[in-house]
Order: sequence, then C-alpha cells, then structure tokens
Amino acid sequence: MPAKHCESAVVIENQPVADGIFRMVAWWPYPVQAGQFFMVRGWDRFPLLSRPISVHDADGERVVFLYEVRGEGTRLLSEKKPGETVLLSGPAGNGFPTGQIRGKVAVVSGGIGIAPLLLTVKALSGCAVTLCCGFRDKSYGLDAFRPYVQEIRVATDSGKEGHKGFVTDLLDPADFDAVITCGPEVMMEKLARDCIAKQVVCYVSMERHMACGVGACLGCTHHTAHGAKCVCKDGPVFRGEELYA
Amino acid sequence: MLETVFNGIAMKNPVVAASGTFGFGREYDEFFDISRLGGICSKGLTMEERFGNEGERVYETPSGLINSIGLQNPGVDAFLREDLPFLRSKDTAVIANLGGSTIESYLEGVEKLNETDVDLIELNISCPNVKHGGMALGIKCDIAYEAVRQVRQICKKPLMVKLSPNAENIVEMALRCEEAGADSLSLVNTFQAMAIDVDKRRPVFDNLFAGLSGPAILPIALRMVYQVCGAVTIPVMGLGGIASWRDAAAFLMAGATAVQVGTANFIKPDICLDIIDGLEQFLRSQGCRSVSEIIGAARQ
Repeated sequence: MPAKHCESAVVIENQPVADGIFRMVAWWPYPVQAGQFFMVRGWDRFPLLSRPISVHDADGERVVFLYEVRGEGTRLLSEKKPGETVLLSGPAGNGFPTGQIRGKVAVVSGGIGIAPLLLTVKALSGCAVTLCCGFRDKSYGLDAFRPYVQEIRVATDSGKEGHKGFVTDLLDPADFDAVITCGPEVMMEKLARDCIAKQVVCYVSMERHMACGVGACLGCTHHTAHGAKCVCKDGPVFRGEELYA
Repeated sequence: MLETVFNGIAMKNPVVAASGTFGFGREYDEFFDISRLGGICSKGLTMEERFGNEGERVYETPSGLINSIGLQNPGVDAFLREDLPFLRSKDTAVIANLGGSTIESYLEGVEKLNETDVDLIELNISCPNVKHGGMALGIKCDIAYEAVRQVRQICKKPLMVKLSPNAENIVEMALRCEEAGADSLSLVNTFQAMAIDVDKRRPVFDNLFAGLSGPAILPIALRMVYQVCGAVTIPVMGLGGIASWRDAAAFLMAGATAVQVGTANFIKPDICLDIIDGLEQFLRSQGCRSVSEIIGAARQ
C-alpha cells in the first residue's frame, strides 16, 4: 500500500468558528501525524495549485482542518457543503516528533498557527503542556485544547483578550524542557533564538509558498544548518538550531 | 495499445514526467507505482551541486505557475550514485536532463552520462533561470547549433534537445538542432515571464524574470509543436501545460510521438495515470489498435 494517498474526501462539516476562520471535517481513513499537512483542493481547474493546509486533528477516520480564508483557494474551500468532496493529497511533511518530547512543554502559536497544535498536544499525552497563543483581537478554538493542557495563556494585539502584546511575552523558555511553535516567522525566530540561548529544545513549523507539497518542485527550499531542505518534505517542522543557529 | 518507440527506446506508453516537476521519482512513488509511466525525466542536472536561486521561487498566476528554481540539483555524480539506481529499479524509461551554462560543462556532463545506463539524454538548452549563457543557448540558433554539434560528437546515448519557446524562431531552432545531430526534440520549456508585488512595489523574483508553465501556455506550446513537427524528420516529445488526456491527445495529433507532463503533477500527484488511462479509453472508443494511429492525425 502506498504511504501517501491522493483521494476525494467527503466533507462532514465546514463551519465558521471565528471571523474568517473555518473548521472543516472530512472522512480520511489513513494515519496522520501531528504537524503534518495536506495539499487540499476543492475546485477543478482554477486556482491551478492545491493549498497546503495543516492538520488540526485526526483520528484515523476523520481529518479536521482549521483554516483562515486568505485568498481565492481558501474562499472556495469555505464554501464547501457537507456531502461535497475535497481532493486531499498527503499526509505531507514530517510532523512534530512528539514521541521524543518529555516533561514540561510550551506550545506557542501566533494567529492561525494554532491550527496544527491540537493534534500535537493530544500526542504529548505524557507531558505537562502550557499553551501560549497570540491572536489579533480574540481567541478561537481553545475549548478543544482544554482537556489536553495544564494551562492556557492568551495574548492579543489589541488587548481585547488576555495580555496586550506579543505571545512571546507570555513565557520564559527556561521554564520548560521543550518548546513547540507555529505562527508568523518573526515570532518563531525570536522564540527559537531565545530557546537556543537557553539551551531549550525548540521545534518550529515553517510556512512557505509551495507548488507540489511533495518535495519535487523545489519551490520551498530553505537554507538550514544541514544544507538545502524542502519545507514541504523535510519540514515543515525543523529544530530551531537548524534554522537559526 | 499505448506502446511507443522513441529513438529506439521501447516505452509502455507515450506519457513521460517532465524534468523539474518529478524530482527523481521517489516523491511520487509514495503515491503510485511510477513504473506505470512511459518515462521519467530527471530534475535538470549540472556538473556541480547547485542550491538554485534565492528569494521567492514559485508564483501562481491564472492557470499558470511562474518558477525561479534556478536548477537546484545534487550534481551529476550524486545523481548517478544515489538516484539513478532507484530510477533504474523501476520499469520505465530513464531520461537524464542535463543543464549547464557553458558548452564545456555540457560536454563534461555527457561524458559522465555516457558511462551509465540512462536511456536518453535530454539536453536542456532552455532554462530561463540560469544567468550567463543558459538563456542565450536557447534563444540563438547559431549558439544552439554549435552546442548540439559538439555534444553530438561525444554523446553515446540518444540525444534529445529541449527547446525554449523563447527561441528567436522556434522552427529555425528545431531545424538547426536536427542538422547538428539531435536524435529528437522536446518542446516547449517555460516562457520567460515576470510578476510584480504591487504592495511592495518590486518584482517578485530576485532574478527579475522567471519561467511560466501550466495550462496557460498550452495553446502556444501546441502551436509550436505543430509547426516543428511539420518541419523536422526526427521525433518530438510535446509538452506545455498538459493536464488531461485530451491535452495529451492534442499534442499527439499535432505530430508529437510522446508527451511530457510537468506542472500538472503538482495539481494531482497521480495525474499521469489519469492521462494514461484516459488515452487508452479514448483510443478504444475510436477503434484504434495503436496510439500511433492518432499521431499527426490533426495535421493538414
């Protein structure tokens, strides 16, 4: 059996959960790891490329996507109705090595970067997880995290909820055994450099424009300490020191 | 029914994965058995390992994709050591795509490939993303002629020259390459294009210009394949935006002996299988016994 699949998946639910943020559930009977993503398309010829969307949750029967409507592709996805299909290719990428992580873990997100972290905290079942998440105005999707984390800390740009300021203000990496992060690159770089300085293991989930999602087009190549790597195939998860050392 | 002979190479069908869109096959073999393909063109190879271009590398356009990869590849030696054995373990034609920036670098690469069991060398004289020489080779007929002539003298493999649609005259270019000793031609590579980020008021690509592929270029590519097939006597692999069996059939009817599928692999990783199966069903429905019956069928 092939390790990856490209199949039509039937949409079970597709609802807005916040302004411009949607949650889609589709049938997907294959294994998926935390931090992986799919190339998703819900249209025929236009736009040309599928869209890389991270896995929010999965249970071996269903896959859940939490996604922000940013352009034409995600807008078309948001219009999908239950019973309609989306074409999923994947799962793609390496994911977070959750089996190797122990102890106190900070899981840090910025904006829609929270999407791949639900399945991640579920997979960190033996760990004491603190979720630190930043949003523009208001949080979303946090109820799903509560059973799996010890504490949730929120920051917003506007100060309408939680701490007014950067999510990175909410933690000192030195208090943790490992840090996992997904969000804007400037936020992740700041956090990862702080982790490197304090010798705390840090895993960063990168985002890049990509065409193929499998490591063939080389459109998302990134310089790392270990040479040229494809964000789509060799990532999207990298050790902080691979990127920022 | 789909069996095709191209430059003496027996292929199970005329559908070949295009260079630069299929890696060295491993990534797609995770989705389907790549032995089902007629052939696979390797990522463009150069003598030395190349990182490729900095900055943005891919940009989506209406029905198209502009890329500025810049021939990122592990180098010919690493290909021969690590990738060719894998490709050879599959039951499909292996085509080594050879890039370069000078005639000397092509000659060096050909000498290495001569000693291997690749089926065919595709000489890429048309990459728009390599500065100094790569582009001029693809545009100027005289320079292309000289490069192909010199390569032909030492090349022990069938030699297919990949043409750029940016050539000053595509028919003249094809004829000169044939005259210089090419055994076959593949066309077209990407069209030189650009994109501008209006928010930042600057070009998207560090290299300024980059190569446009995808369904957007199909009608122009088809016209060029039609023209070239009417001018040369050597076989042609047609490519440019093929994303369905109908597209593939159009190139065959224009006179191409085989087709390459490129950007469409990014739309759906197993799209080549859809194209192969679709072609076979079409031929059956037309009462054809062989794909050769539709090659050139639309020519007037």
